[in-house]
Amino acid sequence: MELTVTSFCHIHENKVIVNDNLLFFQGNFINFADFIKTVYKQEQINYPKFYKMDSVSKLGFLATDLVLKARTIAGYASEAVGIIFSNSSSSLDTDVAHHETICDRSNYFPSPSVFVYTLPNIVIGEVCIKHKIKGENAFLVSESFDPQMIFNIVHEHFENNRMEACLCGWVEMMGNKFNALVMLVEKDGRAHDTASFAPIAFNVTKMKELFEHN
Amino acid sequence: MTMLQQKRPVYVVADNIISSLGFTTGENFVNLKNNISGIRVHEDPILSPAPVTISRIDTQEITSRATRFMDSQNHDRPAAAYTRLEKLIILSMHDAVTSSGVDPRGKRVLFILSTTKGNIDLLEERNRTAFNHRRLYLWELARTLGTYFGMQNTPMVISNACISGVVAITMAKRLIQAGLYDQAIVTGGDIATEFVISGFQSFQALSPEPCKPFDLNRTGLSLGEGCGTMVLSAEPAPEQINIIVAGTSISNDANHISGPSRTGEELSAAINQSISEAGLSPTDIHYISAHGTATPFNDEMESKAIGLSHLADVPLNSYKGYWGHTLGAAGIIESVAAIHSLREDFLIRSAGFETRGVTTPVNVIDRNRRAKLTTCLKTASGFGGCNAAAIYQKL
Repeated sequence: MELTVTSFCHIHENKVIVNDNLLFFQGNFINFADFIKTVYKQEQINYPKFYKMDSVSKLGFLATDLVLKARTIAGYASEAVGIIFSNSSSSLDTDVAHHETICDRSNYFPSPSVFVYTLPNIVIGEVCIKHKIKGENAFLVSESFDPQMIFNIVHEHFENNRMEACLCGWVEMMGNKFNALVMLVEKDGRAHDTASFAPIAFNVTKMKELFEHN
Repeated sequence: MTMLQQKRPVYVVADNIISSLGFTTGENFVNLKNNISGIRVHEDPILSPAPVTISRIDTQEITSRATRFMDSQNHDRPAAAYTRLEKLIILSMHDAVTSSGVDPRGKRVLFILSTTKGNIDLLEERNRTAFNHRRLYLWELARTLGTYFGMQNTPMVISNACISGVVAITMAKRLIQAGLYDQAIVTGGDIATEFVISGFQSFQALSPEPCKPFDLNRTGLSLGEGCGTMVLSAEPAPEQINIIVAGTSISNDANHISGPSRTGEELSAAINQSISEAGLSPTDIHYISAHGTATPFNDEMESKAIGLSHLADVPLNSYKGYWGHTLGAAGIIESVAAIHSLREDFLIRSAGFETRGVTTPVNVIDRNRRAKLTTCLKTASGFGGCNAAAIYQKL
């Protein structure tokens, strides 16, 4: 089955790329929190829940939002859209924050609003809530971006008619180091209305190229 | 749906459960049949400043079993070089893999690890010097285990909250059916740590007494330590009753990150899809192993979903009253227990249940009994709004 990437967003090295276009670049990078807030404001996303999210959720949420701004999934049923995300550090970035609230017994203040983010799949939950996505979803952890693994899983879903569209890729966040590549994969042959972007074949080589050269 | 039933079957050829109730599936199942719960009050400053009611595996027992077994295997590293969780997983995998006859080093063997927090206890001061910080990374944990067993394929790691175990089984089934692998070793494990206990306490989700799934007087969940392994294969195991993973499905509520769906529609959709993938209808389901965490909202949502899927009359239990909520292990060890119910035609009483405390009727098993069982449904739901369902069938 031929599948295509019909929209993608890559956020890394202090820049945001959507479908080959540089949307944002921060020359004077201070930290991730400042960077992502600046992108959020520039893109006028207007979703107050964004501020409550942890860093990895903000990163994945924003990358996905930009993918779907460029290419709508409104035509699909909620159940026909799936999400397969992966990263290297799981939720370790937030795990450290939760650990800091409990490591001193004289200053013990664990908080549900931090603890809930100590699971990597929460970013999928945030994306599902915003975009009303109810289909198959999974979060995987691998040392580095593994396009073959992503391909095997996504391809199998389409082959078995479990999905008509899939958001997939890499959402990595640790300290101030981040890298997100979110791709929208759809079946070939569907009318393509994004004039500025020619869809890319969904395969391991192309995914590698997107990850390394964009 | 296109000819799903014609795909090659995926068999459950061996399994293991490690919990407070034993180090093998057999030991655990005997204790379940005797309705013995492993949930106790533990006063241990390593876990919590105050006493905590959990199902915990005895540390000395882990150490002595691991030392006895691993140090007899002539590996490069002694048992002491492995963390608490790694020791448990190695013991679990060894038991299941040995009885399966599958060579874990095989080229067509996939290893999937399901865990929520892995070696998260390595963040603690007391563990910092003994182990490399890298072992906090779940892929490094998986690699450590894969290396121990001499595996050649890169392990796959699923970390998908409380449905991780069912997702791992789902992935294994699908990738075997896609022809990418012939066998899969699916392992799940999570340990009790101050990290997780403090978090659930902050949610005020922990019950002061052993949890009571679906009961009127339920007061929240009990956490538990657990580890389990399921070996899946495209070839049936000789000389045993054949069980297959007949259907699986995953969905998302798209409603709230820490609370379940108000309607149960999304879990119900996953249940329906898994039944249809198995080529069955709701009347074919003989037994449900529910998620049943005993939080007010989970059990309420789950019973709604079961009702929506026309399964209200099907006998149902939750194993959480015996093992507590074992997080990344739950989907695996509860599936293994459900499969053993099928093998033995025996339904286990749902521990902690007396009076129905959910608004939608469900048929909670209130005493052990024999029953003719061919097909069961396993459900799971978790933070992030995720739901999973799997169908196991006796051939």
